[in-house]
Amino acid sequence: MKLTNLLTSAAVALGLAASAAMADTTKVGFVYVGPVGDGGWTYEHDQGRKAVEAEFGDKVETVYVENVAEGPDAERVMTQMALEGADLIFTTSFGYMDPTINVAKKFPNVKFEHATGYKRADNVSTYSARFYEGRAVQGTIAGHMTESNIVGYIGSYPIPEVVRGINSAYIHAKKVNPDVQFKIVWAFTWFDPAKEADAAKVLIEQGADVILQHTDSTAPQAAAQAAGNVITFGQASDMAEYGPKPRVSSIIDDWAPYYIARTRAVMDGTWESKDTWDGIGAGMVGIGEISDAVPADVKEAALAIKASLADGSYHAFTGPLKKQDGSDWLADGETADDGTLAGMNFYVEGLEGDIPQ
Amino acid sequence: MIRLEKRPQPSRAWSMATPLVAVLATMLFGGLLFAALGKPPVEAIRTIFWEPLFGEFAFYYRPQLLVKGAPLVLIAIGLSLGFRAGIWNIGAEGQYIMGAICGAGAGLAFYPAVSFLIFPLMVVAGALGGWAWAMIPAVLKTRFGTNEILVSLMLVYVAEQFLASVSLGLLKNPEGFGFPGSRNLQSWDSAHNAELIAGSGMHWGVVAALIAVIFAYVLLNRHMTGYHIRLTGEAPRAAKFAGVNPTRLVLFCLGTSGALAGLAGLFEVSGPSGQITIDFNVGYGFTAIIVAFLGRLHPVGILLAGGLMALTYIGGDIAQSNLQLPAAAIQVFQGMLLFFLLAFDLLTNFRIAIGKPEVA
Repeated sequence: MKLTNLLTSAAVALGLAASAAMADTTKVGFVYVGPVGDGGWTYEHDQGRKAVEAEFGDKVETVYVENVAEGPDAERVMTQMALEGADLIFTTSFGYMDPTINVAKKFPNVKFEHATGYKRADNVSTYSARFYEGRAVQGTIAGHMTESNIVGYIGSYPIPEVVRGINSAYIHAKKVNPDVQFKIVWAFTWFDPAKEADAAKVLIEQGADVILQHTDSTAPQAAAQAAGNVITFGQASDMAEYGPKPRVSSIIDDWAPYYIARTRAVMDGTWESKDTWDGIGAGMVGIGEISDAVPADVKEAALAIKASLADGSYHAFTGPLKKQDGSDWLADGETADDGTLAGMNFYVEGLEGDIPQ
Repeated sequence: MIRLEKRPQPSRAWSMATPLVAVLATMLFGGLLFAALGKPPVEAIRTIFWEPLFGEFAFYYRPQLLVKGAPLVLIAIGLSLGFRAGIWNIGAEGQYIMGAICGAGAGLAFYPAVSFLIFPLMVVAGALGGWAWAMIPAVLKTRFGTNEILVSLMLVYVAEQFLASVSLGLLKNPEGFGFPGSRNLQSWDSAHNAELIAGSGMHWGVVAALIAVIFAYVLLNRHMTGYHIRLTGEAPRAAKFAGVNPTRLVLFCLGTSGALAGLAGLFEVSGPSGQITIDFNVGYGFTAIIVAFLGRLHPVGILLAGGLMALTYIGGDIAQSNLQLPAAAIQVFQGMLLFFLLAFDLLTNFRIAIGKPEVA
């Protein structure tokens, strides 16, 4: 790596002179939307960062800034990392999309990786995980386990990723339990333990005995534990401390293999801009240990779905499926294309309520 | 025996000195905190206060100080007028949001027209949006005697719901693949609050903040309204006898602070931020309350305090990245600043006396 050149061109892009030559290590920056101790989304990204350090040892230096607000603050933090000589910067929240593109323009020789977005450039890649595959497994367990037939779902923001998760969980719960009903609460936050706990309590009061969450804290787990006969699933992180009940399984984001691969690509000079969307098969989405609170036959059914998703023999969105308004979406045996999934902004038939507009 | 003795008159010297003493105490105790976390304290303090101003990459950070400080100063100036008169607008965050929504909305209604009139229109709409949102607590207070602290604060949460709603509906980018958030105004020249000189950080919001400082200074020192504001705050009974109209004063103070907060929101959304998103607001409206008090409710003081706050934010991020200080430690550090300021404020009105109290 010619870091001196890299720095100079970066500074020239800003129209100013730079100094400083740095040691021959690859510097990797991480911008986090929450605190590293959130036990969920940001925690798992930070595990990925630690895995990069463990893999490359002295040859790599990692830096991170946590709790970075989306918008101008994110732009400043990224610029700062690029100025301080980062070769590769992972920006790990959807709201960092435009700031990432802006900063990437100023630093053509620094590589950027934006999680969950759709804007790319020569030096900006995007990556995300097919969490909806994990939701299919959760839905299967939820459909079997619910006795009240009411499943509560804590949504964060009504963006395609979250809507996909709700649809996938519902489709697979319905498949094993035609009477199942979903109640959805929008928290409008990724991480706010107080709001998340309130949402969980409201859902439990409305009769839900299964709580699925797309928010990052463990507060809903604690609320379910306090309520008694309610089961939950770990989100983003295993949240095993709430097992074997209420937490009966989890979706685990495993960014480590991807972060290591991309860091290596920068070291080798083989990095190029691309869009990565991996699921259970590639190991980016992990399913946490299904606890003993789940009967053996349910566990078997869940693992069977997981296996078929992993080897590609089954797609989580397979027709026949209709949209909420009754119009046809997928014909018998047809599977959803990635374009539709990426921008999904409709519920499937049977879900009640509207996506907030 | 050490005891506190009330000064016959507030000490001018201490009033000027407390912010400085508070900063020094924050450095000292912040340093101890960082040391307790196992980080080099001197290096951390140096990174926070020195690096953004004179460090290697100061050419980038100095303009960023303007970007970060301008909305704080603009909002705090407005708040300080009311605070001086004992009118407590705690909801600047909501007025900031509404200003941004109204301003951006007024602009986007004409997308993709090209006209030099669009940006001025947005500025007016932004100020009106903030003003109107502040008029709700103002009118409720003057008509029904409600508490403006509660009403203005609660309206912040209402404004946040509005923000989420327009991000997902009315102002959603039609070309955004269903994701929430408006079009990016930075890529539409007619609506873009661009830097006036590239790389300087100077955008219209910075200019507006400086004008607001001068305007507030003149108002408070040379104008009847300013005199009424000060009189009401310092001697409410005297103000009554002097014929100050409290209703008009409430409407003026809340309206002005609302309009300035709305302007700050508009300049932010059309400039550094670029788009209306669900998470558009990042707490400037609340931080500005700290800035107003840190600046002793004095226009020039607020200007300096806004710069200092911006410095701790930017320096704090650098310290996080370079020294891996946790974000929470930076927040504690900023909290200390206000805490020490209020603590040392005591010395303005009291003096520490040693010995027995004299018997009256």
